[in-house]
Amino acid sequence: MDIPYTVEVRRDTGLTNGKIGIWLFLASEVMLFGALFASYILIRVGAPSWPRGDTILDVPLATFNTIVLISSSVTMVMAWASLMRRRFGTFRIYMGATILLGLVFLVVKYFEYGHHLSLGEYPRTNNFLAIYYTMTGLHMLHVFGGMVVNAYFWGPGAKLWKTNPEWFTNRVEHSGLFWHFVDLVWIFLFPTLYLL
Amino acid sequence: MTSDHAAGSMTSDHAVDIDKHVRVYITVFVALMVLTIVTVAISYLDLAVPLAVTVAMFVAIIKGSLVACYFMHLISEKKVIYAVLALTIAFFVALLALPVLTTNNGFGFAG
Repeated sequence: MDIPYTVEVRRDTGLTNGKIGIWLFLASEVMLFGALFASYILIRVGAPSWPRGDTILDVPLATFNTIVLISSSVTMVMAWASLMRRRFGTFRIYMGATILLGLVFLVVKYFEYGHHLSLGEYPRTNNFLAIYYTMTGLHMLHVFGGMVVNAYFWGPGAKLWKTNPEWFTNRVEHSGLFWHFVDLVWIFLFPTLYLL
Repeated sequence: MTSDHAAGSMTSDHAVDIDKHVRVYITVFVALMVLTIVTVAISYLDLAVPLAVTVAMFVAIIKGSLVACYFMHLISEKKVIYAVLALTIAFFVALLALPVLTTNNGFGFAG
């Protein structure tokens, strides 16, 4: 049995099931990160003193990563736009760039984590590092998850383009929504942890 | 795999529409880059913490809104999505308000 409303929109909502599904998922993600931001506020306000992020963390490196992630958001939306223009080859280039930029982000985080761990700065060291590792770690998992999905659509999942291009385009749009959300979370994480 | 396999009709109007979208994406990208530099530059001003938090969050909200409105197409989304997000924002604000309620003597709620 075919999955209903993958291409045609539902009459009651005016949307495909996939579009509603991804937005409901993102709503739950907002609450997940919201709980962590609330915890951060609670811990910081309750602390007798709190270090400025830039005294512990590497701001130039994080700024570079911010630029990388924003760039990946643009390549992601351009990948979707390429499918809308029926240019599959261009889609592959943009989607490949998105995956590579995600990889660059993770590699930079690897070196950043490695540097802190080599200095003996562990999550147990203090509350600042605990919340730093927790929030950036969860964010990194999201970047990795998004990369896996995007890699699937770049590779084996792209077979769908041959048989049902509209459905494939919708799927890429949904994975794009997740990727932009990951970028959006970083836009708030960056000043919160590194600059304030 | 080529674009020849793509089914569905794509009118020239549609193509023009997507071209407009692409121009907007590029503009938003430039704006996000500039705002990222602004965010970092502000941190070097050594503002008092409350002011620094306010300014940093203000810039972050502008950046986040640009991503949500244009990259995530929220600016032209269906009402159902807006309803879901409105509910989410309400709960999100309540979640962030909880620490405030417990730290500022509960605004009269604490015993």
